[in-house]
Amino acid sequence: MNVTVKLFASFQKGRFTIEQRAYPAATTVREVVTGLAIPEQELGIMMVNSRHVKLDQELADGDTLALFPLLGGG
Amino acid sequence: MDKIARIDLGAEGGPKISFEEVGEYTGLGGRALTSLFVAKEVNPLAHPLGAENKLVFAPGMLSGTTGSMTGRLSVGCKSPLTGTIKESNAGGQAAQVLARIGYAAIVLEGKPAGDDLYKIIVNKDGITIEKDNSLKLMDNYPLVAKLRGQYGDKVAYITIGSAGERQLLAASIACTDPELRPTRHCGRGGVGAVMGSKRVKAIILDDAGMKMRAPKDPEKFRDANRKFVEGLRKHPVTGEGLPAYGTNVLTNVLNEAGGYPTRNFKGGVFEGGAKLSGEAQAELEIKRGGSATHGCHRGCVIQCSGIFNDKDGNYVTKQPEYETVWSHGGHCGIDNLDTVAKLDYMDDNIGVDTIEMGVTIGVAMDAGLAEFGDSEGAIRLMEEVGKGTPLGRVLGCGAEITGKVFGVEKVPVVKGQALPAYDPRPIQGIGVTYATTTMGADHTAGYAIATNILKVGGDVDPLKTEGQVELSRNLQIATAAIDSTGMCLFIAFAIMDQPETFQALLDMLGSFYGIEMTGDDVVALGKKVLSAERDFNTRAGFTKHHDRLPRFFYTDPIAPHNQVFSVPDEEIDQLFNW
Repeated sequence: MNVTVKLFASFQKGRFTIEQRAYPAATTVREVVTGLAIPEQELGIMMVNSRHVKLDQELADGDTLALFPLLGGG
Repeated sequence: MDKIARIDLGAEGGPKISFEEVGEYTGLGGRALTSLFVAKEVNPLAHPLGAENKLVFAPGMLSGTTGSMTGRLSVGCKSPLTGTIKESNAGGQAAQVLARIGYAAIVLEGKPAGDDLYKIIVNKDGITIEKDNSLKLMDNYPLVAKLRGQYGDKVAYITIGSAGERQLLAASIACTDPELRPTRHCGRGGVGAVMGSKRVKAIILDDAGMKMRAPKDPEKFRDANRKFVEGLRKHPVTGEGLPAYGTNVLTNVLNEAGGYPTRNFKGGVFEGGAKLSGEAQAELEIKRGGSATHGCHRGCVIQCSGIFNDKDGNYVTKQPEYETVWSHGGHCGIDNLDTVAKLDYMDDNIGVDTIEMGVTIGVAMDAGLAEFGDSEGAIRLMEEVGKGTPLGRVLGCGAEITGKVFGVEKVPVVKGQALPAYDPRPIQGIGVTYATTTMGADHTAGYAIATNILKVGGDVDPLKTEGQVELSRNLQIATAAIDSTGMCLFIAFAIMDQPETFQALLDMLGSFYGIEMTGDDVVALGKKVLSAERDFNTRAGFTKHHDRLPRFFYTDPIAPHNQVFSVPDEEIDQLFNW
């Protein structure tokens, strides 16, 4: 299946900003994170199709996954 | 900080200065002082631009000490924009300097009969006030440059631009940063118009010959401050994200969450968001020889600001904040950071709130005064404000008035103040804060974004109504207390997640004043401030029916979540019931 993966802030360094990536069916967010060598403790916000998800969320074909480190502002 | 100075601008024979003991305000600062003072002394039915209104400047409880992050200056009055009580705070150098000179507050009251313009000089020898009509209708950058010629570079300046003199309802009060740029503004609620109504153009603060304020227990204070700074440096938000990308790192987050109000709140995702993002902004600033990391006052360890240069490397403005990039950017369908930076400079120079002005221009675009996405059109409208033309005066009085004048139905305001950069339909928690805060729509008053979207300090689902009232209540109480300490609100990200950093803050307060300070004391302070503000608003004629969002947020769903704001009114009405 194809998943659009978007990375933000410090996660972009040495990786990418946005990529279409192929994964086996039922791949979880955790498996994508591990594959990108992002340490779990650095994760702040994970969203699939504009909704917050947890690491064990299974992805579906055509999903957009967005990964952010812990961020603030305002 | 053992005295309060009152300056009666309307006294017979010219302005009269008097001094008094701090009295019942002993140990208070910032928002606690301004709000309790205004609630006690200002008639809630007063016209905000009349002689009965008072403008109170107060450094925070820890301002002027060696404590880190303590540079917020609070300004309080009855707001001409909202008709409510108002506390608007800013960074910059003013709070530290005013506190070191020894004032818990400076109060401007009365109103001069004539057209003369005044400047106030505050130093170790006292306070003087002088007529200076050569400053008339000067904007902030040239004004500060002129004043520097006379008073030098070792002082802090508090000024209003032409908008304040014209008493426009979006007018701000500017404070200079460490490099003496007038970039840090008490922006919200038209406080600059109140200063203009008193005919005070500038306050010059000179702390030569004064020392840092001394804690009761210096050793404990030093130790607590060290732990506090360690906590800020350790937390990913205050130690990494904010220094590297600034507040505008939120553009991508809100856009991705579908909560980024686009083209006057018609959509929740802006297709040009990436071009406006904090990541893009930081890269551009560094490439052009500016900086993506800069502190608005000495003693700041977060350094969330920056310097924005043009393509030739010339200074344009300080790094525009997330809310500014949104209001002048996505809200107006504009995806160009150079346009946003130019408008940010114009806001600072003319002396208007960047949120109110950006939202107003978006409303004006909805009315057809320019097309969404038209950078030149947005700049042209801002120029009208600076010139004080009839159109400029309408725009400079904010979104609500502009919407009424041009027949726009969907105007994003609560109690007359423009909503900031977070749509309340996909982020229900912030909607509760907008509806209920004593200030009119204000994100900082109870920043539910932290918990709804950023997952700092807990996790409450932004799309659901459950838990939002309790969340907003707790945040509003905590914020009222933090706004009283002189601390930058961004410390909240670290103290919400790290108990030892919160304890360090309590220890800083406790060791400075020689008291035991607990979390319960902080909550009690926050409630006391909110209660006084709420009581003022009630006496000014506000009821629960004013604690509502504009109707379209209840009737018009927004993509991508296709939700409306749906926290029940009965729950909203329990917010202040603690």
